[in-house]
Amino acid sequence: MKLQKASSFALYAVLELAENPTSQLSGTEIADKYGISAHHLAKVLRDLGRAGIVEAARGVGGGYRLAVNAKRLTLLDVIQVFEPIGPQGAAEEDPELATDAGCALRMVLDELDDHALATFRSITISTMLKLMTRRPWAGSSRFTKAIRKAAARR
Amino acid sequence: MTNAITFRKPREIHIRPAVNSDLLGLIALDEEITGLAKRKYWKETFARYGARRRLSRFFLVAEYRGRIEGFIIGEVRAWEFGEPPCGWIFTVQVRPKTRLKGIGTQLFETLCDAFRHAGVQKVRTMMARDNQLVLSFFRSQGMMAGPFIELEAALD
Repeated sequence: MKLQKASSFALYAVLELAENPTSQLSGTEIADKYGISAHHLAKVLRDLGRAGIVEAARGVGGGYRLAVNAKRLTLLDVIQVFEPIGPQGAAEEDPELATDAGCALRMVLDELDDHALATFRSITISTMLKLMTRRPWAGSSRFTKAIRKAAARR
Repeated sequence: MTNAITFRKPREIHIRPAVNSDLLGLIALDEEITGLAKRKYWKETFARYGARRRLSRFFLVAEYRGRIEGFIIGEVRAWEFGEPPCGWIFTVQVRPKTRLKGIGTQLFETLCDAFRHAGVQKVRTMMARDNQLVLSFFRSQGMMAGPFIELEAALD
């Protein structure tokens, strides 16, 4: 499964702000750390601000901070600002539902969407920070190679 | 317990194996949480997991100032689906008013200690997808999706 860029950027930003609750971070600082477009991240942060998830502090040393409790904020809360997650409920007029094959396929896709929804809804930002500290992927060759490649690119 | 498990006793919360005299408190706590009085169910559950102490079944309670504030039940299941024995958690409950104080975490960690002592390497559980409260709790304890997919069919 892949998230849209805006959702991933939003999660990076929220995790970064949750990890540094006493300081304010600028969009540029976050963008530099993750090697992502500062321009795109600025737009994402504005959307997160409108959703009440982050708040901007103006003036010298201004930046962003998390506006909600990381123990209460789920991955779903953040992702849903940018893209729908979970069964979308094909419209009755959807040609997909006019055939048995279409209905069967929709049933299977809904099952996958249900799992995605339950997963994103049950993981809080606080739980993600714990996961980042525990690093259960350490030793997994898939992740290690990707991390080395990213480091080489920087 | 008759074995050498050391149960954690942080602050005033005492995690210990359930005993017969806890039964009424457990029934009342479950009724407070679920809204259903299940006396027969809890008597049978206690008889199976609490009364007969063994190294593979665990019924633990969290006691605070003489009152049961939470409980957790689990057992070691051996070789289901061809997998090595693992610890299974059936249920965990904490009184709503005393949640977010770490009682659930202490119950979970103590049960995991008991599973380790029993020689298993994994702990598993299963619950409804829409049970966000408990699902989030287990996630916060570091649990991730395991290698199995639960399937069912209507028996028409």
